[in-house]
Amino acid sequence: MSELIGRSVPRVEDERLLRGEGAYVDDLHPSGCSEAAFLRSPQAHARIVSIDVEEARSAPGVIAVLTGADLAGELEPMVFQIARVVPETVRASTGAVSRVHPMPAIPADRATYVGQPLAVVVAESRYLAEDALELIELELEPLPAVVDPEAALEPGAPLVEPEWEDNLALEYRYRRGDVDAAFEQAAVVVEEVFHSHRHVASPIETRGVVATVDPLDGTLAVSASTQTPHQLRDFLAGALRRAPETLRVRAPDVGGGFGPKGAIYPEDLVIPYLATRVGRPVKWIEDRSEHFAATTHGREQVHRIALAADADGRILAVRDSIVHNCGAYHTLGLVVPYNTLTHLIGPYDVPAVDVRLRAAITNTGVVAPYRGAGRPEAVFAMERAVTRLARAVGIDAAELRARNLIAPEAMPYATGMIYRDGTEQVYDSGDYPKLLARARALVEEEPWAERAAGRRVGVGYAAYVEGTGVGPFESAALTVLGGGRVRVATGASSQGQSHRTTLAQIAADALGVPFERIEVVGGDTAAIAAGFGTIASRSLVVAGNAVAKAAAELRAAVLDAAGSLLGAPPESLTLADGTIRPLDGDGPELPLADLAGALSPFNPRRPAGAPTELHAKAIFNPGPVTYAAGVHAAVVAVDPATGAVEILRYAVSHDCGRPVNPAIAEGQVLGGVMQGIGGALYEELVYDPDGQLRTGSFMDYLLPTAGEMPEIRLVHVDCPTPLNPLGVKGLGEGGAIGPPAAIANAVEDALADLGVVVRACPLTPDRVRALIRAGGGDGGATAGAGATEVAA
Amino acid sequence: MKPSPVTYHAPATVAEAVGLLAEHGDDAKVLGGGQSLLPLMNLRLAAPARLVDVTRIDGLGAIERRDGAFELGAAVRQAQAEDDAALAAACPLLAAALPHIAHREIRNAGTVCGSLAHGDAAAELPAVALALDAELVVHGPRGVRTVAADGFFRSFLETALEPDELLAVVRLPVAPPGSGAAFHELARRAGDFAIAGVGAQLTMRDGTVTEARVACIGVGAAPVRARAAEQALAGGRADERTIAQAARAAAAELEPSEDLHASAAFRRHAAETLMRRALHEAAARAESNGREAS
Repeated sequence: MSELIGRSVPRVEDERLLRGEGAYVDDLHPSGCSEAAFLRSPQAHARIVSIDVEEARSAPGVIAVLTGADLAGELEPMVFQIARVVPETVRASTGAVSRVHPMPAIPADRATYVGQPLAVVVAESRYLAEDALELIELELEPLPAVVDPEAALEPGAPLVEPEWEDNLALEYRYRRGDVDAAFEQAAVVVEEVFHSHRHVASPIETRGVVATVDPLDGTLAVSASTQTPHQLRDFLAGALRRAPETLRVRAPDVGGGFGPKGAIYPEDLVIPYLATRVGRPVKWIEDRSEHFAATTHGREQVHRIALAADADGRILAVRDSIVHNCGAYHTLGLVVPYNTLTHLIGPYDVPAVDVRLRAAITNTGVVAPYRGAGRPEAVFAMERAVTRLARAVGIDAAELRARNLIAPEAMPYATGMIYRDGTEQVYDSGDYPKLLARARALVEEEPWAERAAGRRVGVGYAAYVEGTGVGPFESAALTVLGGGRVRVATGASSQGQSHRTTLAQIAADALGVPFERIEVVGGDTAAIAAGFGTIASRSLVVAGNAVAKAAAELRAAVLDAAGSLLGAPPESLTLADGTIRPLDGDGPELPLADLAGALSPFNPRRPAGAPTELHAKAIFNPGPVTYAAGVHAAVVAVDPATGAVEILRYAVSHDCGRPVNPAIAEGQVLGGVMQGIGGALYEELVYDPDGQLRTGSFMDYLLPTAGEMPEIRLVHVDCPTPLNPLGVKGLGEGGAIGPPAAIANAVEDALADLGVVVRACPLTPDRVRALIRAGGGDGGATAGAGATEVAA
Repeated sequence: MKPSPVTYHAPATVAEAVGLLAEHGDDAKVLGGGQSLLPLMNLRLAAPARLVDVTRIDGLGAIERRDGAFELGAAVRQAQAEDDAALAAACPLLAAALPHIAHREIRNAGTVCGSLAHGDAAAELPAVALALDAELVVHGPRGVRTVAADGFFRSFLETALEPDELLAVVRLPVAPPGSGAAFHELARRAGDFAIAGVGAQLTMRDGTVTEARVACIGVGAAPVRARAAEQALAGGRADERTIAQAARAAAAELEPSEDLHASAAFRRHAAETLMRRALHEAAARAESNGREAS
């Protein structure tokens, strides 16, 4: 009965948003609302000597000024339980050790990164609050700061957390096969250091929180620009020592998340606390300056990777030693660093592996998942190394990949590793050779030199797998409303993923109710009590299947109730197009709206014992993750004289299982690719050696815009998964995983004869020129009088 | 990211504007299109107590040709200049530079004089004014004075303007017949401030360069006139060898600084490369315009 799944139904979200009728946190204006602004640490590591707020307290329009000392005892320090979690199977296979330390919402004694909140002002407006911030006298005593994660692990490095004896937050080592023997017997060994640099997600909507106490029942209502409203509710309940039932957390329209809005932040606790304290609603909208410093960052790993191969380029072993930067607080444990391990080998069949990772805390902003979450870092190291190997062996980089891919006949393929959820890592389905072949076909068809106009052309590939649909669960509750409409409530909230469309498609098909009569509500703890949230490429898999499961139960309940009303056995009935009919076509029809009306308590003739409401809810526990996969290919033109890189074409072949809405799937992939291009060519968050943020605005942190978007071609290679009833895989992050590796490989290919080795991104003109000089060639000395990269 | 308290004034005449500036001195800032000043205020890097908006002053919104020059008042928006065909024909270097300024949305608000008065060393219009020997007409409490572009741009965001003075008009000389111009920039993204950029306007007669005007941006504390290149070109042919020599000579005199986006050495290298390209293109256009004229 699949009529809508697989069709590019237009997004129901668009009309509201395009008309400017969206309701984001800053569009909510509770009566009497005050606004907050935070004083933030100007230093990366400092002892707080004193904070004098007296003048600020008496400034015009100021309602309250609080420091860490005022909050001590009021707000429990933040303890990130997930950072403690190391499943026994992971510990047994890797010896993983994770150390956690609490994060004060506002510290009273010590600041540990630039941008950390040190005081908060509540005033009649944000303007007045910021005026008052300037009146606070902050005295700090600088302490030695450590910024570089490798330096942080050296003996004698400044301690970020004085309770610890070093800065090591997490470590693991995974070994399988005889790696030493493989390297000894190898015909070819390549060894290199690759860096994944720090990013900031930069959603178009920054973070924001507005909190109101209901004067009737004391409920604390919080609207936040979050990916995980249920987790925020539970965190708040702990920090404020309140029962979760006295809290309502909603994620209204959210303008992009990309991972950082899945974290819980000091402001998420402080603003609701202030609402209870000042007796008025309080709003805080993060400004862009705050976002750069105080929203979690992404990436930042150093890989010392070596590949051993036989003379035909068959990979015998991979050895990698990784250092990961956690930032000032270790909040997420295995999440990002362990994703790196389980995605490093990717689609390749490699007999021997030795991977060691150490994660350090440093005096920098907290690093947490950002679209890809450990996978782009792994793929950059591995796919750069694979390309170096192809050059060393002397064969085409795509051909070398083809020789090493796991064959489709090998599916399901157990890698030998344990996934982060503690289960055995098994690639459930996929056709990697076909993915590669389709990507090659998209870039090998044209004479690129003509389009490059005198510049150098290069082609680069990146292949990856992505574990998607991680548990533990997601919820769905379906209710038949008056008029035969159906409301779908789920714990998965949307930040642009089109849940209102795709989950409605799933519900409509499973129920037999027209798409137009389905409404989807996400991100509201009052709409559904249990929920997990939208992170980690999981919602289509986990929420989608929860909706399908609840819809099947609701359909059964509808047919039961209709059977008792019509005096027919339920199994003789069907629900299609919103109407209950006899399967044999012989008998009366009953529109769902009429059934709902007949069951109403207002109906004096309602059948005895029939339910008054048609409702079903379900929890879907997904089990092991399902593996999406893709191969990206980039064609670039490089001007060797200026170092300017232009992407002539970007190609993606992608497996997201069974696509529910192909247009939405393509939008997700394209958006991810653009973020990946940002990291490859433009975006880099930079601290100086003292921990000062050098990229504090969009003047210096450059996002790709529409003008930087190249031609992107995309093909689906759909391999539905057997792991869930819908056959779907996640696809939120895949697009962002490949581009840094593919583009770096392409740039290196374009400049290969100049001895260029790309070790890091973004590939700015200056860096590309420096690579050419370091390689010993200088294509710019004579080139390019005729070429015009930005001619007027 | 909210500005400090500020009082907004919208004078109707130059005299009124100058009066406000004289009265408030350092506390007042002239507001043109606001494309540089307002972000600085939102970041509280600038906190003027008063803004004097000069874009509503009668007569400052016009582009007029007078005595061999085009005069652009302080209210003339960059997009307005970009769309003026007569101005583009008469001042080809200005026409070549304008599309490089940020994006059309910003040029719709940003003013020509505002960019000159702000004096960013990576901005295009100061280099155009410098290369063309523009005249800047400045009104202040001590009267009206005309300042040559050479000498107006002093250092990082520092010009010859006093705090109580208003740059009311810029006068751009009309290019001689047989002129052609090009503006080449290297930026991380289209519309960004340039890592380096070069504007060149060449006038040719019978294959010989009769006048060369070249200036660079992004390679110093202020825009830089490339006199060495101009001298290498003047009176000779704009051939491959001469252009390469001119660019090399000019680049050797640059003293760029380093920032997040580029090293000093790279900026010098980029300026030389861009200068070669700009000179080739300007020469080709000059020859083409010369043929059309004759």
